Amino acid sequence: MAPTATKPVRIVVAKVGLDGHDRGVKVVARALRDAGYEVIYTGLRQTPEMVVDAALQEDAQVIGLSIHSGAHMTLFPAVVDELKRRDATDIVVFGGGIIPDDDIAALKKRGVAEIFTPGTPLQDIVDWLRKRFPDEKS
Amino acid sequence: MKVRARDAKEVWREEFEAGPARQDGLETSTISGIPLKPLYTSDDLPGRPEELPGQFPYTRGIHPSGYRGRLWTMRQFSGFATAEETNRRYKYLLANGQTGLSVAFDMPTLMGQDSDAPTSRGEVGHCGVAIDSLADMETLFDGIPLGDITTSMTINSPAAILLCMYIAVAEKQGVPASRLGGTLQNDILKEFIAQKEFIFPPEPSMRLVVDSIEYCAKEVPKWNTISISGYHIREAGSTAAQELAFTLADGMAYVDACIERGMRIDDFASRLSFFFDAHIDFFEEIAKFRAARRIWARWMRERYGAQQERSWKLRFHTQTAGVSLTAQQPELNIARTAVEALAAVLGGTQSLHTNAMDEVLALPTDRAARIALRTQQLLAYETGVANTIDPLGGSYFIEALTDEMERQAEAYFERIEEIGGVIPAIESGFFQKEIADASFRYQQEVEQRRRIVVGVNEFTVDDEEPIEILRIDPKLESEQAARVREVRRKRDQARCANALNSLRKAAAGTDNLMPYILDAVRAYATEGEIMRSLIDVFGTYTETAVV
Repeated sequence: MAPTATKPVRIVVAKVGLDGHDRGVKVVARALRDAGYEVIYTGLRQTPEMVVDAALQEDAQVIGLSIHSGAHMTLFPAVVDELKRRDATDIVVFGGGIIPDDDIAALKKRGVAEIFTPGTPLQDIVDWLRKRFPDEKS
Repeated sequence: MKVRARDAKEVWREEFEAGPARQDGLETSTISGIPLKPLYTSDDLPGRPEELPGQFPYTRGIHPSGYRGRLWTMRQFSGFATAEETNRRYKYLLANGQTGLSVAFDMPTLMGQDSDAPTSRGEVGHCGVAIDSLADMETLFDGIPLGDITTSMTINSPAAILLCMYIAVAEKQGVPASRLGGTLQNDILKEFIAQKEFIFPPEPSMRLVVDSIEYCAKEVPKWNTISISGYHIREAGSTAAQELAFTLADGMAYVDACIERGMRIDDFASRLSFFFDAHIDFFEEIAKFRAARRIWARWMRERYGAQQERSWKLRFHTQTAGVSLTAQQPELNIARTAVEALAAVLGGTQSLHTNAMDEVLALPTDRAARIALRTQQLLAYETGVANTIDPLGGSYFIEALTDEMERQAEAYFERIEEIGGVIPAIESGFFQKEIADASFRYQQEVEQRRRIVVGVNEFTVDDEEPIEILRIDPKLESEQAARVREVRRKRDQARCANALNSLRKAAAGTDNLMPYILDAVRAYATEGEIMRSLIDVFGTYTETAVV
């Protein structure tokens, strides 16, 4: 592979909230890694502050959030707000989990770039990232 | 001309191989990846004596009378919002002929936190009912005679606290603990393995489980002190054989821990109960249930030397597979659930929860919950499947698959033993890795369209019709937080502080903690306060995330 000047896209994936359902987040993390992204999985029960800390420390361009407990309307915007507070709004936030359709528009309005719901092909997530970061290496 | 039996099979083989073969590229193995033959014959039947229901090793059921004697219990899991609202739902269910309750708690309650804790924000009342102290538990069961019903409580790390709250509410109703019947999930090992609602490290977690089993054997003898659960292991992505093996291995770990405490096997074994998933691969699930009974009976009698027959019998609850439901064309979930429920019934379950079609999106609406219950009633009363005991017993295929399940489970027991037992296997990430691998493999098969999920990767529609879902009022969180603060303000502070201090001291020693927790509960210490007292002594557990 030819050396490239661009940095690989780094993605912090995190489980926010109290639920421990990590099947989805682990499958997505593996798929993104297989697609060539650098993936850092934080583990369970991350507060919005912890997620942003991890993203800054890891120099990530993307944060992927997973939740199954129904607290997405509180916790996803809280991550976006924490990024604003830390002056890091260049970091793109996307999410997934048990999220009703009606909530997706509201979350996007609050600054979440994309929501992937159950049944989404993994390739769709990869395609979305490629479109979002066309010039970067993955 | 007479054709000999052997020749007939050869003829079939030739005709099968010469015949058409579908070229759709779909897997013909079970959803767990067990290769299947196109046909099973008498050659696949094990050469063992005939088995009968109610007789060791209970492959065909634990009761000689099967569902002729008694149908399975239809026990729908419910709970949402506040204790007051859930109490109304329970009274409605009881008025409609339901005899048992099954409590779903919200995430802060499951994680031992009060509703006003900072990390509870956004979570209160969403996944179940919010319980912070005895005051909420009194509201939850207000007007419900605890001596006359049985209650199942799905709670794990803080299980001992919630059980004490239940005992304390009964005391206030004048019902002695000895009359209480119900089930506590209380299965911490599968939390470390799969659902991840752990708080303390494994050792003190096991101590609390054994404390509750030991206490209930004396004081609450009709209570099922633990429901050893494969459900969450399966939902986390395991195969059927992994669900079976890991669950029974957990069961044996609890048995070992109780024996180590000095208890006699026949004094507690019959109060151990199990909880399995009913997934969509119909025959594999039936084989799994049958194998579970046989393996458990053998281990209890032969390895642990249990003398009483009731100690050998594996009783289980089943829930249909939440993970098999799709957000796409959600009405199809009614059909999926019906097939899964049928597998549970043909596998001889003692009780059953059928999922509602909208559970992939939110907590069920009244209408969706009613259809789910009606699905069970339809199986029980319309289809005739309950009229014959173990109707698939003797089927070449089912018997062969039951044996294969047993073989795979025994192979896992050996691997777990090589690692040093269940807790070392948890700490080294063995189970977590096995499950993550299986889940990723399945997802790949779906992505590559080697497995079809109707409405998701085939037979899709462009315009999904929205369905009605249940919404939780966001005001509820601040109201519940105010309620717990009010409880803290109004109680006898000295009594509460003393109870918590005694609990902390006892936790540092070796006493059974149940009486201390009961005292703290009676003094209106909150769940979060009791958990913090224990965390002071036990510490907390963080897993190394395995991807």
